Amino acid sequence: MFPDQFLFGVEVLLNGLMAGVLYALVALGFVLIFKASGIFNYAQGVMALFAALTLVGIMDGQVPFSHLINALFGTDVHHFGWHVPAFAAILLAMAVMVGLAWMVQHFIFRHLVGQEPIILFMATIGLAYFMEGFGDMMWGSDIKKLDVGIPQGGSFWIEEATAFLGGSNFYGFFIDQLDIVAAVVAVVLVILLVSFAQYTKQGRAMRAVADDHQAALSVGISLSFIWVLVWSLAGFVALVAGIMWGAKSGVQFSLSLIALKALPVLMLGGFTSIPGAIVGGLIVGVGEKLFEFLIGAPFLGGATENWFAYMLALVFLVFRPQGLFGEKIIERV
Amino acid sequence: MKRLATATVAAVMAAAPVMADLVFPSLSYRTGAYAANGIPFADGYADYFTLLNERDGGIGGVMTRLLECETGYNTEKGVECYEATKGEGSLVYQPLSTGITYQLIPKATADGIPMHTMGYGRTSAANGKVFSNVFNYPANYWNGASLVVNHLLDINGGDIKGKTLALVYHNSAYGKEPIPTLEALAAKHGFNLSLLAVDHPGQEQKSQWLQIRRERPDYVTMWGWGVMNQVAIQEAANIRFPMENFIGVWWSGSENDVLPAGDAADGYKHITFHNLGDDYPIFDDVAKYVVDAGKAAGAGDQVGTVLYNRGFYAAMLAAEAVRKAQEIHGVADITPAMMRDGMEALEITEARMTELGMPGFGPSFAVSCENHGGPGTGAVAQWDASAKKWSLISDFSSPDMSVIQPLIDADSAAFAAENNITGGCN
Repeated sequence: MFPDQFLFGVEVLLNGLMAGVLYALVALGFVLIFKASGIFNYAQGVMALFAALTLVGIMDGQVPFSHLINALFGTDVHHFGWHVPAFAAILLAMAVMVGLAWMVQHFIFRHLVGQEPIILFMATIGLAYFMEGFGDMMWGSDIKKLDVGIPQGGSFWIEEATAFLGGSNFYGFFIDQLDIVAAVVAVVLVILLVSFAQYTKQGRAMRAVADDHQAALSVGISLSFIWVLVWSLAGFVALVAGIMWGAKSGVQFSLSLIALKALPVLMLGGFTSIPGAIVGGLIVGVGEKLFEFLIGAPFLGGATENWFAYMLALVFLVFRPQGLFGEKIIERV
Repeated sequence: MKRLATATVAAVMAAAPVMADLVFPSLSYRTGAYAANGIPFADGYADYFTLLNERDGGIGGVMTRLLECETGYNTEKGVECYEATKGEGSLVYQPLSTGITYQLIPKATADGIPMHTMGYGRTSAANGKVFSNVFNYPANYWNGASLVVNHLLDINGGDIKGKTLALVYHNSAYGKEPIPTLEALAAKHGFNLSLLAVDHPGQEQKSQWLQIRRERPDYVTMWGWGVMNQVAIQEAANIRFPMENFIGVWWSGSENDVLPAGDAADGYKHITFHNLGDDYPIFDDVAKYVVDAGKAAGAGDQVGTVLYNRGFYAAMLAAEAVRKAQEIHGVADITPAMMRDGMEALEITEARMTELGMPGFGPSFAVSCENHGGPGTGAVAQWDASAKKWSLISDFSSPDMSVIQPLIDADSAAFAAENNITGGCN
């Protein structure tokens, strides 16, 4: 048998890894867009919110813009009266995210090709606020329950199978089933994204654009198509992140704040590496949870996770500005 | 032409008193991370004044006018809203945020405008001798903390010695408010208090709930807001913490907080200082004069929800203070200073509540210069997940003022010393 305190530490570590996976899911969306277009997409958190809102709206058969329609025409419509199965609703929500990607490219970034990065960043801030308001108008701001069939709560099996490791105060390791699903989804997602980038024509074109978009243009790659593709992929990642986080707290407007959890992950893992987002997420998740367990809660009054994650990222930034897996920045005079 | 324009403006200004109305600013938040909670409160607040206008022609013959300003639950924006609306003759501010309240206390006091911070804000403002323009009746955070402990005493036969109560709180001025009271009550009753802070916004609380799982407190109480509440209830369900031993303050007890967790939230409790549901005669009038007439602030689907009722109740108390001010000063078109007098002389009786169509909706109480905080009474409500409904499971009872009053006196005395306030009552 192990000392309980040691086992509790292991439990915190395991849950830190799981939390890190959820952070990484958000960070992946940032990486995809930054890698392909050099845009730091401030709207990634709002995209996750919008995707989740759309998914719940479709599943529940909610009439989009119902408040606006009712106010304009004096009607009283709210629901179509049907419920769409989760899988079909996910596909439809993805179609909406592809449409959104096309609109973002067509109405905003097509006009900003060649602009300074700060201009592109500002455009994404505008996009974030627009989408938040648009999402509110389209689906309403009430908190919605999201149930796509993912199990939640501690796994009995893991608890019972590990309870023998400690004494009477140890009840077995707690691992949330939702976190286990999120971890599996994240692994599958990374494999799919890396495979897509390495082995498909569109993926290779995406990488070519990321390396040098002018050279890519000169060999006939459509910049516009690739950017729509990249924003669609980021929309897909946002949908996955929105489902995982939305299942925990309900779909509500604070979901957009999950982006705050992705920033230290990006600082740590680098803005251009998909594996970096995963490893960065895991380091942040484990680091903040262990710090809270060992130092934060016992000695500092708790609630240290937010600032510790950023402090950890800052330390990495000082010694390795490009992040763990980012491309080394070499500027020659 | 210039002269004509000047004369027109002068004429309009001269005519203004004829069109005077009773102005109620509403520092609402219909957007942002907390919109889901801000909307029903703002709707309830607005609908009550609409009802008075439509049904009664205002208050004392003067129409009411709501000035809504969006704060997004942001302190800076809240102060901007105050500055932008105070010149309109605003009678009373309900900042709807403890952060905004702290910023506005000196400003509103200097401007002679009263504030009503019902169930939030600076608790020691209950001492009217120091906080002349701030009112927090009928209950405040420290009452809430005492009511939680009273409930634990009730269900444990009056003895909670050796039990452990964990406080899961929003790591902000709001969340930290109950700590001194709970510490004093822990010393008095011999229970152990465990403090667990959650950083804003509270989307991730795994560390706190793992700690609860390790320490196995007998009870958990929560001072949360927004997404923190929903995540906490879900995490409690995840670690299979008994939901009937989990009790939130009134800001952690709306339908929004329990619905996302579904059946897992069944049995969760919260403390409330007003009654719940829509089974009151006044809501028939709301349906007739406000919702069916197409004049509701929202879609009309929030009537009877916890936060709608709270906004509605806040507006009712403001309107009753206006009536009292009109009675004291003998004028219908009152000023903010007169409103302050009305609030300080406010008396709510059950007979009056029944007359208003709200029997049993809130406590009977009288405000005085010494006590701006009201009776502090509250009851325990419990969530029935299958019926999707809150029900009161206790009577309204009083908090332990023997513990709270010295804390109020000490904190308000410290504020008075810091701000050179001599205070006192005439």
